[in-house]
Amino acid sequence: MTILPGLLDTEAIRKDFPILDRTVHDGKKIVYLDSAATSQKPRQVLDALNEYYERHNANVHRGVYTIAEEATALYEGARDKVAAFINAPSRDEVIFTKNASESLNLVANMLGWADEPYRVDHDTEIVITEMEHHSNIVPWQLLSQRTGAKLKWFGLTDDGRLDLSNIDEIITEKTKVVSFVLVSNIMGTVNPVEAIVRRAQEVGALVVVDASQAAPHMPLDVQALQADFVAFTGHKMCAPTGIGVLWGRQELLEDLPPFLGGGEMIETVSMHSSTYAPAPHKFEAGTPPIAQAVGLGAAVDYLTSIGMENIARHEHAITEYAVRRLQEVPDLRIIGPTTAEDRGATISFTLGDIHPHDVGQVLDEQGIAVRVGHHCARPVCLRYGIPATTRASFYLYSTPGEVDALVEGLEHVRNFFG
Amino acid sequence: MKLDSMYQDVILDHYKHPHGRGLRTGDAEVHHVNPTCGDEITLRVRLSGETIEDVSYEGQGCSISQASASVLNELLVGKELAEARRIQETFLELMQSKGKIEPDDAMEEVLEDAVAFAGVSKYPARVKCALLSWMAWKDATAQALSEGKTA
Repeated sequence: MTILPGLLDTEAIRKDFPILDRTVHDGKKIVYLDSAATSQKPRQVLDALNEYYERHNANVHRGVYTIAEEATALYEGARDKVAAFINAPSRDEVIFTKNASESLNLVANMLGWADEPYRVDHDTEIVITEMEHHSNIVPWQLLSQRTGAKLKWFGLTDDGRLDLSNIDEIITEKTKVVSFVLVSNIMGTVNPVEAIVRRAQEVGALVVVDASQAAPHMPLDVQALQADFVAFTGHKMCAPTGIGVLWGRQELLEDLPPFLGGGEMIETVSMHSSTYAPAPHKFEAGTPPIAQAVGLGAAVDYLTSIGMENIARHEHAITEYAVRRLQEVPDLRIIGPTTAEDRGATISFTLGDIHPHDVGQVLDEQGIAVRVGHHCARPVCLRYGIPATTRASFYLYSTPGEVDALVEGLEHVRNFFG
Repeated sequence: MKLDSMYQDVILDHYKHPHGRGLRTGDAEVHHVNPTCGDEITLRVRLSGETIEDVSYEGQGCSISQASASVLNELLVGKELAEARRIQETFLELMQSKGKIEPDDAMEEVLEDAVAFAGVSKYPARVKCALLSWMAWKDATAQALSEGKTA
């Protein structure tokens, strides 16, 4: 067994994740290397969901009866937990959404309908990067098409990093908003937040950070980031699907208009007009995903009990080992940084001219689950002249043995198509 | 091993030595993509009356999608449209069978090498790969026919 410095006690951790004991294809133990798509869920989160439905289920912020009060306390308690997890100055800055895509669409729509000084219109510019997930591209394309604002982006270097050499031309006095990913979901690149934020602040642009691949894997401090909005999703960080987060600075949430209207987000309603509840409720129209939020709260407790610093250290060790072992495989080309420096535990690669679909299929036969395709980041594939990649991604429960299994599996793929 | 039911030798042969690959003149051209995985095909159809004179194509994708285009070319070029449609429909039926159709002699006579894709129908994520070129052919043929009428 390979022992690396900084590893967590995965033997103990894996006992918390019942699915990791599953076997597929006649008894092959599952090797789950697709945590960047969605993480597995620990027993603690599954129990919290069950207990919520079995003991406390009621709608929130409405009833005066006991279990309604309990449901509200659990839902709002989850908000407290998330606020502490990301070091938010106020719990009222944490908006629950259904996922990171909704969070990012929410920001784009707030800005599209905003008055000055926030309004995005035909005289202004929006800046993103070429390594964004489609969820941080398409909402801005829509906003740009609807308002006439110009959409600009940072390109990529050959080694999978943002090309900031022309930052002063990309982010200008006309820039209203800069939205970028903290950790790339396809290449694992950790982006230099400080340089981008500094330039954005110089020109008075708002900064939106897509932290979907960061929040699960490293300490996330929204104050240290100095961003205006931070989006992430629960299901990649041990929580259920259907719950996401948008953190926003309080004064912005006060000033900016709501997007979805409905129950919960109002103060008073008449047939002529309405006034709105204060944030975060102003941005949470309708019955929210209550059980899912409770599950997110349990996930935050779980991750905090292990320690985000420890998780980051574990993943760094696994990544260092994986990039080294993968580069021993003939014809394998890593798309993105080829060292573990400033990179997360998500590694995309091509294998000769064997199509990733075929790679993934043969790996599946050995119980190894990887993602294949363009990973909702097609511009990255276009940039590097490839149709798709195979992506292995690791998490707190991943082991060096699973890296070895992947490397052996790839040998088998090469033999199969050789 | 189950994998062999998907990756039949016939399929791997077509993948490594594709028939009729490359774009030649045609009456209509379509470009189809599989948005989940990035497989792409550009396909042209050339008709002479009711006869398919040529199906030419260029694309990128997995072995299943590429082999399927090669089999399509081999099966459909030279056929009458009615016969080609029957082959296409039979192939579609086989691919949508979720592995429940065991091709019989009659089906094998219609589909020839394409029966090798029976195993692929057990893998829902890969059915789209196998059908990509066939859907493109159907689309291109419809366009060629409607353009022929209006011309």
